[in-house]
Amino acid sequence: MSSDTDAFITREEIDPTDEGPLSGRTVAVKDNISTAGVPTTCGSAMLADYVPPYDATVVERLKDAGARIVGKTNMDEFGMGTTTETSAFGPTDNPAAPGRVPGGSSGGSAAAVAAGEADLALGSDTGGSVRCPAAFCGVVGIKPTYGLVSRYGLVAYANSLEQIGPIAPTVQGAAELLEVIAGPDERDATTREHGAETAYASAADGDVDGLTIGVPTELVEGADEAVVEQFEAALEDFRVQGAETVEVSLPSVETAVQAYYVIAMGEASSNLARFDGVRYGPTAAATDDAEAGNWNDAFAAVREGFGEEVKRRILLGTYALSAGYHDKYYDKAQDARAWVRRDFAEAFETADVIASPTMPVPPFELGESLDDPLQMYLADANTVPVNLANLPAISVPAGETAEGPVGLQLVGEAFDERTIIRAASAVE
Amino acid sequence: MTAQTAERDLSAVIGLEVHVQLETDTKIFCGCSTDAADDEVPNSRVCPTCLGLPGALPVLNEGAVEAGVKVGKAIDAEIPEETSFHRKNYYYPDLPKNFQITQYDAPICADGELAFRVDGEERTVNIRRAHLEEDPGSLQHAGGSIDTADYTLVDYNRAGTPLMEIVTEPDFRGADEVRAFLAKLEEVLEYLGVFDASRDGSLRVDANLSIVDSKTLDGDDISAALEDANRTEVKNISSHRGAQQALAYEETRQKNAVRRGREVEQETRHWDESRGITVSMRSKEEEKDYRYFREADLPPLRVSGWKEEIAIPELPDARRERFRGEYDLSAESASKLTSTKQVADFYETVAAEFDSDLAATWVADNLLGELNYRDMQVTDVEGRLDEFTRLIDLVDGEAITTKNAEEVVLRRMLDDGLAPDAVVEAEGLGKTDDNAVLAAVREAIEENPDAVDDYESGEEGALNFLVGQVMQATSGSADPGTVNERLRAELDE
Repeated sequence: MSSDTDAFITREEIDPTDEGPLSGRTVAVKDNISTAGVPTTCGSAMLADYVPPYDATVVERLKDAGARIVGKTNMDEFGMGTTTETSAFGPTDNPAAPGRVPGGSSGGSAAAVAAGEADLALGSDTGGSVRCPAAFCGVVGIKPTYGLVSRYGLVAYANSLEQIGPIAPTVQGAAELLEVIAGPDERDATTREHGAETAYASAADGDVDGLTIGVPTELVEGADEAVVEQFEAALEDFRVQGAETVEVSLPSVETAVQAYYVIAMGEASSNLARFDGVRYGPTAAATDDAEAGNWNDAFAAVREGFGEEVKRRILLGTYALSAGYHDKYYDKAQDARAWVRRDFAEAFETADVIASPTMPVPPFELGESLDDPLQMYLADANTVPVNLANLPAISVPAGETAEGPVGLQLVGEAFDERTIIRAASAVE
Repeated sequence: MTAQTAERDLSAVIGLEVHVQLETDTKIFCGCSTDAADDEVPNSRVCPTCLGLPGALPVLNEGAVEAGVKVGKAIDAEIPEETSFHRKNYYYPDLPKNFQITQYDAPICADGELAFRVDGEERTVNIRRAHLEEDPGSLQHAGGSIDTADYTLVDYNRAGTPLMEIVTEPDFRGADEVRAFLAKLEEVLEYLGVFDASRDGSLRVDANLSIVDSKTLDGDDISAALEDANRTEVKNISSHRGAQQALAYEETRQKNAVRRGREVEQETRHWDESRGITVSMRSKEEEKDYRYFREADLPPLRVSGWKEEIAIPELPDARRERFRGEYDLSAESASKLTSTKQVADFYETVAAEFDSDLAATWVADNLLGELNYRDMQVTDVEGRLDEFTRLIDLVDGEAITTKNAEEVVLRRMLDDGLAPDAVVEAEGLGKTDDNAVLAAVREAIEENPDAVDDYESGEEGALNFLVGQVMQATSGSADPGTVNERLRAELDE
């Protein structure tokens, strides 16, 4: 890795194929988004030597829009983390709070933008992986509605939850990048037509007069005092500009973190099964078990090459899907997911957008959270409900604490990215 | 209890899981061709999706779903409002993603049935479900079998070929029934145009077999009896004949065990076709846990209304009955003529132009007989059906004799690939004209006074002798019926 922040795993330029709205701009791409001929490691030793033969749909769209890709950014291994420290290629520093983590899992992408090493970046957000690093690095990140952006070429962690999203220094920049990557793709059957309202950049007009902003107490109560202080200041800023703030309730979010991790880990256990040494990872022939001709033992030996966090999630996910536990965990988590979705739908009956701190805490110090996975999972409390409900959300900088930047999260109704972009542009 | 009584009191109960490859242009979840050339290069018919490359996504080929609905209509199954896909998770080197995309709780077909005949009796077997899934790749064990190979190569050309798994209830009571069922199933699937039996590996059968006390089969509900009996699952069956042999072997093996008071082990067994036996799989089978869960990459597909919208052709049983009535055919002819859709279609083409009996004789007896003798199928001569119509035309117009048409023209058409007119020309088979026949008749009468005497004294056999003489003189090109007539006319004058 190079540069001061170690934002990139691979620094390799990919030329644009056409002129377009992003001509003259540089884009950093998270290393779980496939780039033809350029390594795509997912931050894992398992894919250290993997070079995809094809471009992800979003990469094609970037190139067609005139963007120059400047490299592949560091990330938590397969997106599993909130700090970018589970990367097999080492940690990334936070340019906005040196000595602290840039957040995760798209930490490299947010750090590259914050450090000015790229004009824009793409991350992916499974449970907050775009919004968390955007908040920690003091930049803007959008998690689009599930189905707005093609996932074709995004190496799956939890495919029912994740979306590729833009990271930029400004709301306008993030909206411009979203406009380029959004839209149906015949290679991703979950992408949807989203109507005529795709002019995201023009929505960043700062006009929040008459907007109703819902504030769920459940997502504010547990947050750090210093974070809440900045959050309250942002709400006041909205009110000054003519918006109304109302209290809403999302009781289901109490179960969201548990439900999220069961679903995400279950899906991960299946999505990561293909990395078995037959085509990816170290060759199985090196082990004694393979000599004995036992494929299962050979697979198991190769899969020791995953990092600790990845192994933990694969094991837990396998367990949650197993006979006897499937009902108790996986099915129950799906019920909770439906409940979260209903809660948001109800809240949107009184509010146009829902606001909360993106992260309940300021950035951790490098190395601080590695020993305590549970603390790390709980830090996702405000971001994961959005993925469970398939909704769009944006994180926009909202001041700083002594430990680093604070992000304001604004959640919108499905495919109503324009409203959260408009609201965010009023307070940046 | 003697061994013999015990034998009589035991009965086999068999259920099947039949995997058939569905005929579609492209694979089930990507745009790769399903057309496997004999000499294709391994891993040449692949893309990121069927290779299971990281990040690639499946997109459902609705053609495969349509084929599934056709099967559903043919077996009178329920088609759901919405059909969806699940992941079946297991590790195997031929499986690109180490999970298979298949159907679980919303299969495309449920609760169907299929009637077939065995030993002259009609049987109906219930079909629990039929679902769509993707075929894995294939393994090539270099330098030996799976156990002894130096290394194993993986070819993903087959990966993603659409499969339909048809699961029957345990309604079979013997290997003969299984064979008859499979033949009928293939016939129906071929009629639907969703299956090609000639394709290598297009049919794969897993069979579950238990031995129970025959008395327990009297009631409707045999589940209690089945719960008590251990069953074996026999894998690696790839033909009707293989199914019959494997299950007959397995039935005997289990009955012998029960008769000797030994417990039948609950296990998976491998049908070894070359040795004609089933062998226990090397590793002990544990209860498999496939950790099924919804495939989020494929949204559920609404198929309500598809059953009404999708047409299927007339099925073999219905066509057989229609042939008997419409063309006044015997049961045997009607059966032969509907054995495959191609044969039946060809017969109808011919019967539209010629007398239906003549058409039946030519298609069912002559053409199928000669093809069968050469181990050929009607599909092997599909492009030449015009030539066979021409041949029947030559016979019907009395341009050549039936005997020559059968024995010379048809055979040379099949053996040498010649057109019928070319054979007639080359062999000089144009029918001898009437004058030449008359001359030969008169000559035969002149030269065989004894036979003429015999004829006049009432011996019909003498006439046959004289016909033979005329036929010889005309090198077989005269029509025996005409010769017969002319002889009588001359003799009776």
